[in-house]
Amino acid sequence: MDVPLIELASVKKSFGPVEVLKGIDFKAYAGRVTALVGDNGAGKSTLIKGLSGVQPFDEGTVKFEGEDVHLTSPRQSSALGIEVVYQDLALCDNLDIVQNMFLGREETTMGTLNEAEMEFAATKALQSLSVRTVKSVRQKVSSLSGGQRQTVAIGRSVLRNAKMVILDEPTAALGVAQTEQVLNLVRRLADSGIAVIIISHNLADVFQVCDDIAVLYLGRMVASLKTSETNRDDVVGYITGTKSLEEVN
Amino acid sequence: MSAPQLIASGQEGTLKDQIVGYFQRIKNGDMGALPAVVALLALAVLFTGLSPYFLTKLNVANLFVQAAELTVLACALVFVLLLAEIDLSAGVTAGVGMGLFIILNQKMGLPWPIAVLGALCVGLLVGSFIGFFVAKIGVPSFVVTLGLFLGFQGLQLIMLGDGGLYRVDIPEILALMNSNMPDWGGWLMVVVMVLVTLGLSLWDRARRSKAGLTSRPISLMIAKVIVIGGLSSILVAVLNENRSVSILPISGVPIVIPVVIAIIFIGTFVLDRTRFGRHLYAVGGNPEAARRSGIKVASIRISAFVICSTLAVVSGLLHVSRLGSVEASAGRSIVLSGVAAAVVGGVSLFGGRGKLIHAAIGALVIAIIDNGLGLIGLPAGINFLVTGGVLIAAATIDALSRKRSGGSLVRM
Repeated sequence: MDVPLIELASVKKSFGPVEVLKGIDFKAYAGRVTALVGDNGAGKSTLIKGLSGVQPFDEGTVKFEGEDVHLTSPRQSSALGIEVVYQDLALCDNLDIVQNMFLGREETTMGTLNEAEMEFAATKALQSLSVRTVKSVRQKVSSLSGGQRQTVAIGRSVLRNAKMVILDEPTAALGVAQTEQVLNLVRRLADSGIAVIIISHNLADVFQVCDDIAVLYLGRMVASLKTSETNRDDVVGYITGTKSLEEVN
Repeated sequence: MSAPQLIASGQEGTLKDQIVGYFQRIKNGDMGALPAVVALLALAVLFTGLSPYFLTKLNVANLFVQAAELTVLACALVFVLLLAEIDLSAGVTAGVGMGLFIILNQKMGLPWPIAVLGALCVGLLVGSFIGFFVAKIGVPSFVVTLGLFLGFQGLQLIMLGDGGLYRVDIPEILALMNSNMPDWGGWLMVVVMVLVTLGLSLWDRARRSKAGLTSRPISLMIAKVIVIGGLSSILVAVLNENRSVSILPISGVPIVIPVVIAIIFIGTFVLDRTRFGRHLYAVGGNPEAARRSGIKVASIRISAFVICSTLAVVSGLLHVSRLGSVEASAGRSIVLSGVAAAVVGGVSLFGGRGKLIHAAIGALVIAIIDNGLGLIGLPAGINFLVTGGVLIAAATIDALSRKRSGGSLVRM
């Protein structure tokens, strides 16, 4: 494993007197799926918001592709190739798949929308992920299932040439079959050379699809493990705090 | 594209597949203007049966002219309805615009084009004002525009005086609603409509084939052009005949018809084919998603109100042209008919769904009720009752079709 795509060192973030991130070290690699797990309040969301530039970190260094960067705005993170797929997906129900995938970045020729070019690029992006679950790229998003919506949201990040995609609870509201579809999609996303970070509470999903597991506990990174070298009980131990305490003692 | 397409675009297949697809969409609750078109035809048949005067050339011409103001106002309202907002002050904004028009033109003696420009500026200003309060401060548009609706009635009284009625005898303005084009003007209108439709379709097809995508069968495009060309030709042929019931002949397409068609066309072009239009629909569908996609939600909202108020002033201008006068109470009652027209036509009150052509069809439905019931000689009270009933029916269809198409009734 060579240079990580992104490397955080002693990153801190406070909201007033409350220190939420107490010096985090974290790495994610291109082509690998990294799980970010931890109980509620561990600081997962704060870490993600820092990476996406929504709430910049207070202290610490961030290296992206080996270079020092300061993530201070969503626009800047996006320009680097960091895309976040939020849990609520942020899709417009009244628009179709192509329109949603290009929302805010529409292609135009002579001031008018170039629907043909957008449709082609969107279709290509979905095909690169071997998506077979959508019938037509001109379907309204309102007619799509939860898994298909997730697909559209992930496809949008591919379209934006993301180098790193952060997925916030991608399978939270999905049934068994759709979860399977989305996890396959995540695997293909990583196989195409993108660094994927998944936030999840579902350890079954984590063990099925992730290469690395990073565990947050009360604002500290208590463990960075390879999935192949650990097991569920250990991870649960780290998440609940029993495991790390054991080690300290 | 050489590789077989795994994902379709909905444009593949034969004419038959396209037709099947269309009915499938209707079944899924995506009805668009269909209920309004059916209502329009049903009402036309009904009134033709009830009154011998309904389907006369004179009445058909009158119907379109009567519908013109309402059509433009309904189109204006579409821009804010698409954002799930409302502008109750659109009518009185037009009234204030016309008030300023009178002051500039008659009291200050400025030439009429400057007075018209001044009136349009009223629309611009009022739209910015509403937009600022809605988008920046966060006051519900219902409240802001209700406030203006009340306030502007006072402003109109102050500008024009109690019971003020001012005659307007500027020939250019009166011509808008009261004069007709020569015969060739009507035919030119048909040719332009056909050429523009054909041109846009061919341009789209060229771009699709350049990107390696399949287009809808060409027969569908030809059918569309024939329908547009055919219907407008019939209308022009009828209107070009003498429709007078007295000695003085009246013939030709009323000037206002191409004006209204141009407004609908330009507005539709902006909504369907520009980035601004796409963003307007996005903000109407899910403001939070739009914001996260980098769309400047506030400026889209403000622009929508500016377009609405300015187009409302244009409809006010048509009102003045038809009556040949400006009264201090202008625009009070028309705004609710405008909202009704848009909703009847299939524009959703929940935002994000609807087109200008829907509003135009809705305006024709409202106008036909007005016109037909008038011809039968029923009291005015019935007119209001029927219009109200149609509005509730239309809003019900909107709500039900929204449920069926999987969207929730709650705004997200």
